[in-house]
Amino acid sequence: MAKRIDVSGLNAYYGSFLAIEDISMTVEPRSVTAFIGPSGCGKSTFLRTLNRMHEVTPGGRVDGKVMLDDENLYGAGIDPVAVRREVGMVFQRPNPFPTMSVYDNVAAGLRLNGKYKKAELDDVVEKSLRGANLWNEVKDRLNKPGSGLSGGQQQRLCIARAIAVEPNVLLMDEPCSALDPISTLAIEDLIGELKEQYTIVIVTHNMQQAARVSDRTAFFNLSAVGQPGKLIEIDDTERIFSNPSVQATEDYISGRFG
Amino acid sequence: MSHATLTPKHGSLRGATLPKWFAWAVAAGSVVLGLGISTAAGLDSDIQWALIAAVLFVAGSYGISAKVEGRRQAKDRTATSLVWVAFLMALVPLISLIWETVKRGVKVLDGYFLSHSMGVVADTEPGGGIYHAIVGTLEQVGLATLISVPIGVLTAIYLVEYGRGRLAKAVTFFVDVMTGIPSIVAGLFVLSVWILMLDMGPSGFAGSMALSILMIPVVVRSTEEMLKLVPNELREASLALGVPKWRTILKVVLPTSIGGITTGVMLAIARITGETAPVLLLVWVTNFINTNPFQDPQASLPMYIYLQYQNSGGSGAAYDRAWAAALTLIAFIMILNLVARGIARWKAPKTGR
Repeated sequence: MAKRIDVSGLNAYYGSFLAIEDISMTVEPRSVTAFIGPSGCGKSTFLRTLNRMHEVTPGGRVDGKVMLDDENLYGAGIDPVAVRREVGMVFQRPNPFPTMSVYDNVAAGLRLNGKYKKAELDDVVEKSLRGANLWNEVKDRLNKPGSGLSGGQQQRLCIARAIAVEPNVLLMDEPCSALDPISTLAIEDLIGELKEQYTIVIVTHNMQQAARVSDRTAFFNLSAVGQPGKLIEIDDTERIFSNPSVQATEDYISGRFG
Repeated sequence: MSHATLTPKHGSLRGATLPKWFAWAVAAGSVVLGLGISTAAGLDSDIQWALIAAVLFVAGSYGISAKVEGRRQAKDRTATSLVWVAFLMALVPLISLIWETVKRGVKVLDGYFLSHSMGVVADTEPGGGIYHAIVGTLEQVGLATLISVPIGVLTAIYLVEYGRGRLAKAVTFFVDVMTGIPSIVAGLFVLSVWILMLDMGPSGFAGSMALSILMIPVVVRSTEEMLKLVPNELREASLALGVPKWRTILKVVLPTSIGGITTGVMLAIARITGETAPVLLLVWVTNFINTNPFQDPQASLPMYIYLQYQNSGGSGAAYDRAWAAALTLIAFIMILNLVARGIARWKAPKTGR
């Protein structure tokens, strides 16, 4: 199921403002790739270009190539809606649909995309909730509102919702920044399990988290405020954290700036 | 130690405080004083004593509190008493209006009154009822709602979800202009197009068209505000699941805001139900039951009230009927508002565990 992402020469704009410039990288399937870097360097913007969510923002546009296996996401005739079914996303703040129950939240992706039989949905919901390590906590309250769960449970609910549509790639935009250490640990464990099946890209401000969960790490930086963000380097996580090839990366990781 | 004088004095944390019943005592005292002064001065109005009492209350609570508690607490008490005075002043017309309407309206308001028309009853005689006017008002308002709600809600969706640039700005501007159209102008517009140019006769539907001109901007405005309250994160969450935009709007954005939209629609209905001017121009009036809103004049509650009052000519019967019809109209709008609140509460996003 997991697919390789191959980005080349990608620029993303907000209106006339160039937010990220000339990014090329490869994300391996069945692995976790972490994006680190100071605020405003374009990590989240880049992440959102990988499932065409960037253009949802007014004025957002992209040029360059993002290959998902052998298909260019920005090629002619590509339907962004279809892209987002292949490349799922989990956001910084847990955002379950407030009008829906726990069950309906997980089923939302399938239900909103077409008709499914009740028995099929039951299976998918249970499988996804088990996949997100949430089943045991919510199996008795599937019909209660999703917004009644705790923050960490809500975030795992959002992960269950994202994997229910069986994407090939899962993008996570600082999924733990609003959570306590115990919920964070639960999600990190989950990421470790999910990478058996999915290609995972995670943006994080927490360097230890990047070191713990990721196989490869990409460091982004910007030369000054108002300048576009750039990819400084991408390498195996061990190498980035022990012996990076660029001085700026070492400075950032060791806390000498930013 | 020269700077010691610049530091504020820190005394005891305790200060003199007036007891809790102080405000009530001042209020009672100023009412008594107000009554006394107005009697002594020979003022025979029902209002002056209350105004005097209000001024005495605000001034008295400031004065006494400033003496005992200090100026800061006195200012606090002045603000609080001003709020109370304003609240009571706002309540007076409301309560007296409802009181008068109920007192005069219940005389002839019964099942017979609600289920019979004025068909064979002369305006000077007792008897008769408002069935024909209720039917007319329900049909006219119902049709106006059927026209306005889809147009209004879809316009608001366009403005919030799709509209960018000049067209959206123009639409917003014209909606604002429409909000300020006087009802008589809306009536005259439909009159000139529908009756004078297209040569149609007066009908309930003609009135509905004018009413929807008044209703659409209210629906657009309130729906727009409700849609803006839906967090962008929910739209993004849905889009990121691969749900098309139109389904996102239909299944995520609208359900989240449906309570507020319903309230807005109900308020808009309440606004147009009491409109008289367009009805006067376009629907006319009849004493008979006309259930067909597309042909011939229809009665309506506001017109009924107006005509019964105008034709009362010394007869108590028509006068009583006008008040009873007014009470029915108020009750109708109140029930609508209660229904709206019920729906808003029932549909509101649930947060409970």
